[in-house]
Amino acid sequence: MAEQSDDKSPLTQPFNIRDCTLVSMATGYSAQNLREFKEGLLRVPKGSIYHHFWGRFLEPQFDEPEYSNDFSAWVYHRLNEKALAEKLSVIDPTDYEDIESVRQELVERIEDRLYENEFVPWTRADEQFYFVRSQIVVLDTGRYLEIPSDLPSGVPEMTIGSIFYHFIDARKRTEDRSDDFSAWLTGWGDTYNDLRLKLRAVDPFFSSLKELRFTVTNVLEEYFVGGNS
Amino acid sequence: MNELLDSYAEVAGRDVVNHLCQLAVPLKGMKVVHVNSTKEGGGVAEILRKLVPMMEALGLDVKWEVLEGSPDFYQCTKGFHNAIQGFPVELSESMLDAYQTVNAENAEELRPVLEEADFVIIHDPQPAPFLSFCPNRRGKWVWRCHIDCSRPYRPVWKYLKKWIQDYDASIFSLAQFAQLLPHPQYLIAPSIDPLSEKNINLPEEEIMGVFDQFGLKPDLPLILQVSRFDRFKDPLGVIEAYKQARKMVPLQLVLAGGGATDDPEGEKVLDEVRKAAEDNEDVHVLLLPPDAHRTINALQRASDIVLQKSIKEGFGLTVTEAMWKGKPVIGGDTGGIRLQVVDHFTGFRVRSPEGAALRIRYLLHRMDRLEEMGTRARRLVLENFLLTRHLREYLALMIGVLHGLEDRIDMVQ
Repeated sequence: MAEQSDDKSPLTQPFNIRDCTLVSMATGYSAQNLREFKEGLLRVPKGSIYHHFWGRFLEPQFDEPEYSNDFSAWVYHRLNEKALAEKLSVIDPTDYEDIESVRQELVERIEDRLYENEFVPWTRADEQFYFVRSQIVVLDTGRYLEIPSDLPSGVPEMTIGSIFYHFIDARKRTEDRSDDFSAWLTGWGDTYNDLRLKLRAVDPFFSSLKELRFTVTNVLEEYFVGGNS
Repeated sequence: MNELLDSYAEVAGRDVVNHLCQLAVPLKGMKVVHVNSTKEGGGVAEILRKLVPMMEALGLDVKWEVLEGSPDFYQCTKGFHNAIQGFPVELSESMLDAYQTVNAENAEELRPVLEEADFVIIHDPQPAPFLSFCPNRRGKWVWRCHIDCSRPYRPVWKYLKKWIQDYDASIFSLAQFAQLLPHPQYLIAPSIDPLSEKNINLPEEEIMGVFDQFGLKPDLPLILQVSRFDRFKDPLGVIEAYKQARKMVPLQLVLAGGGATDDPEGEKVLDEVRKAAEDNEDVHVLLLPPDAHRTINALQRASDIVLQKSIKEGFGLTVTEAMWKGKPVIGGDTGGIRLQVVDHFTGFRVRSPEGAALRIRYLLHRMDRLEEMGTRARRLVLENFLLTRHLREYLALMIGVLHGLEDRIDMVQ
């Protein structure tokens, strides 16, 4: 990785490596049954919905989560509502215009289940769902990647905070809801279309950030070192 | 890089320490004061002993001040501690007077340092009223609660709340501990120090030495629970689980805990534990001195499986310690154990002695799974529960508190 170089065309600026960290905060909302869960979803700040989809990547978790967000994991493990858990798990926030639309989708799927069911599924008092939000602090590492072929050596050196920022958080910042690496590669026209497609095919939902860094590195190495470039 | 940071980089990873260095840049030179009630003994002092020099190594100007109290004061704050954990405690007017007087006197002495600080972090209830005695404070004040606050005894909590509510923020260890307060409440889990006597790598001969030292059998699988003799830790349930598992698989059990305390209930539980263990030569009840950190470390490393069959648990740092040593943990399905023991991955969560016995038998039968879970357990701690993560969250919180309630704080120029 290098210090920033001379001017480039706007589309091929060096890639500025950023880093971030999250700190969690209580929202004061919790739920012991499905109805309270729905009410909580309606009331919590947007940041809490974001946190339970994405922020959890920087929280203690294991490599092989069964579900793609905290909501579906709780609905399955604590309310034993497997079908609803599956329906909540397939919600991909990048398919929606904004986080409010994601909130509405979650609430509607829960309402459907409440409508079907004659009783309200509940859990023990010590197994409640606690809605959490987080603050994200974004930092400039002062390091840059000059050209795309710097990626295979640059990505493995990134912290998991950088991986989160560029590969996960980017999904709510970039125009096409993808990762920052793919967005940067568009600056070289169609040259790296194959690589962009490969990066976009990496599903970030079911691995830890370390595993994600490993997977992305493999994709990059295969492309640049494996002779595909 | 500083020598201290280097030593953590060796254990936690260079990228983790680089990340701390970056995060500390906007806080460089800031005056930070930590206040607690003791320099020696107890989990808070143990954390601060490492956290303070690490913050200094990152360029912050840090002081660690300790409040000095009277016997009445400590009796009162011990009552607070129990009440926060949910026990009904009656506190007399004279005890509360002692609490306020000690705080006023200590705050007076420390006022210049406290009022000029950019950040003051007050640990636990003992020095909580300091804020009220520093009217000209210029920095941000944060109250850090290290205690399980999930169901505090309401009358005492209401009393404490009046001292806490004016802080700029508070910190609780888990979401279920957070209380209704008129300021942001951050969630920061506790951590272990990988370089402390309790967790540092030990030579093989020191680990194997515990077999001779305590009359254990080197050829018999060893299961261990390290905890106070307290009903919430369910030591009797552990013995019951051992007895059931023993019918199918040969093994030995060690219950290791602190010595006699001033807790009469603790003595009673210990008597019951000894009685339950008396006809079993392979059940060893060990009373260890409070500073037996290396012995505990060696016992954890010598074990095949570690149990923490608590019925109620705050966070469960003994679980973290065992996992750091690559041991799968069979833990009670409660509190912070849920955050650490990922069922079927880093161990098993159980709700009965029968469940614990079943999982002991399974792991001793499937040594491949035991090793696999132990490896994953260590990795989970490495990535989430080391002191470096704790420090990272403190730094992020400090930046967060300086920026108010924004979801996203962009420090990129």
